[in-house]
Amino acid sequence: MPRMEVFIDHCKGCELCVDVCPAGVIEMVEEINKLGYHPAKYKGEGCTGCGFCFYACPEPDAITVYKKED
Amino acid sequence: MTKELIKGNEAVVKGALLAGCKTFFGYPITPASEIAHAAAKFFPILGRTFLQGESEVASINMCYGAASTGVRAMTASSGPGISLKQEGISYAAGSELPIVIIYIMRGGPGLGNIAPEQGDYNQVVKGGGHGNYKTMVLAPNCAQEMCDLTIHAFDVADKYRNPVYVFTDGFIGQMMEPVEFPKARELNIKKDWALLGNRETRDNLVNSIYLDPHELEDHEIHLQEKYREMEENEVMFEEYKLDDAELVTMGFGIVSRILKTTVDKARKKGMKVGLLRPITLFPFPKKQIKDVAEKAKSFLVVELNNGQMVEDVKASIFYSKPVHFYGRMGGVVPSVNELLDKLEEIY
Amino acid sequence: MAKDILEKPKGFHDVYFYKPGDDKENTHYCPGCGHGTAHKLIAEALEDFGVADRTIMISPVGCSVFVYYYFATGNIQAAHGRAPAVGTGLKRANPDSIVISYQGDGDLGAIGGNNILQAANRGENITVFFINNAIYGMTGGQMAPTTLLGQKTMTTPYGRSIQNEGYPIKICELLASLESPTYLERVAITDTKHIMKARLAIRKAIKTQIDNKGFSLVEILSPCPTGWRMTPVDAKKWITEKMMDYFKLGVFKDLTKERKPYSPPKMNLNLDEVEEKLGLKEKPPTFPSTMSDIKEQYRNPRIKVAGFGGQGVLMLGNLLAETGMLHDYNVSWLPSYGPEMRGGTANCQVHIDEGQIGSPVVTDSTVLVAMNKPSLDKFEPDVVPGGLILYNTSMIDRKPERTDVEAIPVPATEMADEIGSLRVANMIMIGAYLQKTGILTKDSIFAALDIAIKHKQFIPMNRQAIEAGIEHVKNMD
Ligand SMILES: Cc1ncc(C[n+]2csc(CCOP(=O)(O)OP(=O)(O)O)c2C)c(N)n1
Ligand code: SF4
Ligand code: SF4
Repeated sequence: MPRMEVFIDHCKGCELCVDVCPAGVIEMVEEINKLGYHPAKYKGEGCTGCGFCFYACPEPDAITVYKKED
Repeated sequence: MTKELIKGNEAVVKGALLAGCKTFFGYPITPASEIAHAAAKFFPILGRTFLQGESEVASINMCYGAASTGVRAMTASSGPGISLKQEGISYAAGSELPIVIIYIMRGGPGLGNIAPEQGDYNQVVKGGGHGNYKTMVLAPNCAQEMCDLTIHAFDVADKYRNPVYVFTDGFIGQMMEPVEFPKARELNIKKDWALLGNRETRDNLVNSIYLDPHELEDHEIHLQEKYREMEENEVMFEEYKLDDAELVTMGFGIVSRILKTTVDKARKKGMKVGLLRPITLFPFPKKQIKDVAEKAKSFLVVELNNGQMVEDVKASIFYSKPVHFYGRMGGVVPSVNELLDKLEEIY
Repeated sequence: MAKDILEKPKGFHDVYFYKPGDDKENTHYCPGCGHGTAHKLIAEALEDFGVADRTIMISPVGCSVFVYYYFATGNIQAAHGRAPAVGTGLKRANPDSIVISYQGDGDLGAIGGNNILQAANRGENITVFFINNAIYGMTGGQMAPTTLLGQKTMTTPYGRSIQNEGYPIKICELLASLESPTYLERVAITDTKHIMKARLAIRKAIKTQIDNKGFSLVEILSPCPTGWRMTPVDAKKWITEKMMDYFKLGVFKDLTKERKPYSPPKMNLNLDEVEEKLGLKEKPPTFPSTMSDIKEQYRNPRIKVAGFGGQGVLMLGNLLAETGMLHDYNVSWLPSYGPEMRGGTANCQVHIDEGQIGSPVVTDSTVLVAMNKPSLDKFEPDVVPGGLILYNTSMIDRKPERTDVEAIPVPATEMADEIGSLRVANMIMIGAYLQKTGILTKDSIFAALDIAIKHKQFIPMNRQAIEAGIEHVKNMD
């Protein structure tokens, strides 16, 4: 099953990943990360591995997308 | 090697090529254009790069790029062009890049004229661009030195990782004299800071930004240390008939040549006059001037400007002896007799 | 390239060790800034092409001044707008490197406008990524050359107007009017479709350089949420609705198929060959000193040669100096220099001396060669008593007034005309001078002629003129 992962302390909370995700499986969370933003988070299921969020995200290290999960 | 009768401006180019210079980036301006002409002729046939940039701003920045790859890079210009290059020179000093800049002075502020003035002394000796930096300034007074000091300029530029000027007036550039060229040299200088476009140098950075004030201060202290080292090791000067001189004349570039003849004539008239010629304007031969001042009664500084080097002479001797000044501007060059009159007036 | 895992590309450093402070893992960019996305696409391409080691990235001045924190390449920081010139120097000095100039719109479109134009026009084999965010981000949101009409910025608080600032500048269209560039495209960092197009354009631009096909530039419409005072999501909408309306996306030039790869030839000369090509291997003949054999007043001359431009005045002096050097004298040659240069008159000053030459300037000459009347008028008074004046009677209708000098009339122009060219009048004078003084010899002058005259076919006529000058003085005696 594909999945995406947000590395919380690399996220700047811009919401661009949420905006582009066709499956709507990313959300912004209440907690505040080390950088002082509300980070994004994978809802836990429904990722199709399209990679849209990866390319939309301006932070090099914030998102990893596993297209085919072991 | 045999002698060649050659213009100073051309001797510069042959000297540079013998010194292994790989790239020349220039922009035409009288009286420095001949350097570009000679470079355009000789660089390509040796498989090296000559490029006429779109401006002096561009050509100094091309040097900045080329020098950062570890090759020897040079440019040549005159007042208005050097003014434009100041940004790039300041960056090169900040980023510690060796670049050789040939500066053939012309007259006046603004467009002025193309006659030989020396009004740019303060510009190159005191900085010229922004920030706490210095450039080494070598002042040849003959075609042979145009060659030799260009070669030396590359060596000290590499040694200190700093821009170096070869700085003279239109006369010295235009004049033809015999030059004995040294042998071509193989360069084995290791520049482990350079950007070679390979894995080993991939983490190298050529840069002048230090956001943190303490880091920048450290960097600038390091630069000042280099300048102090230059002052310790790199001073060059010429002494002429100074042993018993009561009146010491001083001048650089073409003026020093005229002064030499003047000194000879004055000696024939029984005046104890000598000549101290700074060859490096930075580092300035402060100590040597001070030594000479122990015996001498007074100085006469002659410049083709409004009195620029004279201030450094005064400061070198802590204003302890009279320092006279004789200057002409606009490209008017004083004759030997004119200087002789001045000598007689103050002797 | 199909990848199973999309993660931080290897074109980036793992840890940003050049970044000051504690956080060495995140960029310095604002949330939602297009710079980060563009960086990612470039870093990915460098990794995929396997060229990161060879690459040198140029950091501009602007928000992306710290490009060098991130890219695992060689890095150099350039002055505001100068990156294309710096890139030119980098690439010319090392054509095997991949040079990438990354610039903002103020950097590229305003202060560096000419630098990008000229680098593109030279067809420099470099790649430029041009971030068009319609504003100056770094300095706090001032107008850029690409700021849209009506757009409010810190320096256009009432909106950009046609009357005051003119229309926003279209860089791709401008550069597309040049012959040289190979590949120009405008893309946008907005939705996924456009980001993927941007990704392809970035790859194509880098590939163009790898293939040695010349200049490539990708203009990237890129959000600056901070400068625009919008949320990142709204900023992307603004690009789609406003910027893309004025800055049309698309390929403006693509000659990647037609252009032949070019890389400059490599020449590895040994030191001998270098000296050879510089003409330093030639051994000119030498001649003995003549000074002790000649009359006192002709020794160590200070010579002034003057006439119209075109009379070969400078060459005359040059030849005297050259010949003097072959006799192993110290010599200097100084051309008239300054306002006269273009004015039709020319003169030069020559020293030939057994001793050191101090001032190369000749004020009190011991020899005057006057090729025309103004020259005689001007310089006659400066000749020392006992000096020598050679004057061209073809052009001078009076005798020198001085009675304390030797004056030799030479109809140089007419004699030259007889030989077949007015241009050799100068050589007639040289012949006359050497015959009169004996300081130089015919052999040494002929040897110097071989060195000084570039066009060898003219040598016989010049020799003939020198001989004629010699004969003229002989016949006077
Ligand atoms: C010669 C010079 N002038 C002005 C500046 C100040 N300055 C720094 S960044 C900048 C604007 C950069 O804007 P842009 O190129 O659009 O990049 P952005 O910050 O938007 O990414 C200016 C004017 C400078 N550093 N150097
Ligand atoms: S796009 Fe990246 S930085 Fe923005 S919210 Fe998503 S994960 Fe965070
Ligand atoms: S000011 Fe604009 S361009 Fe600069 S980092 Fe922030 S969002 Fe990016």
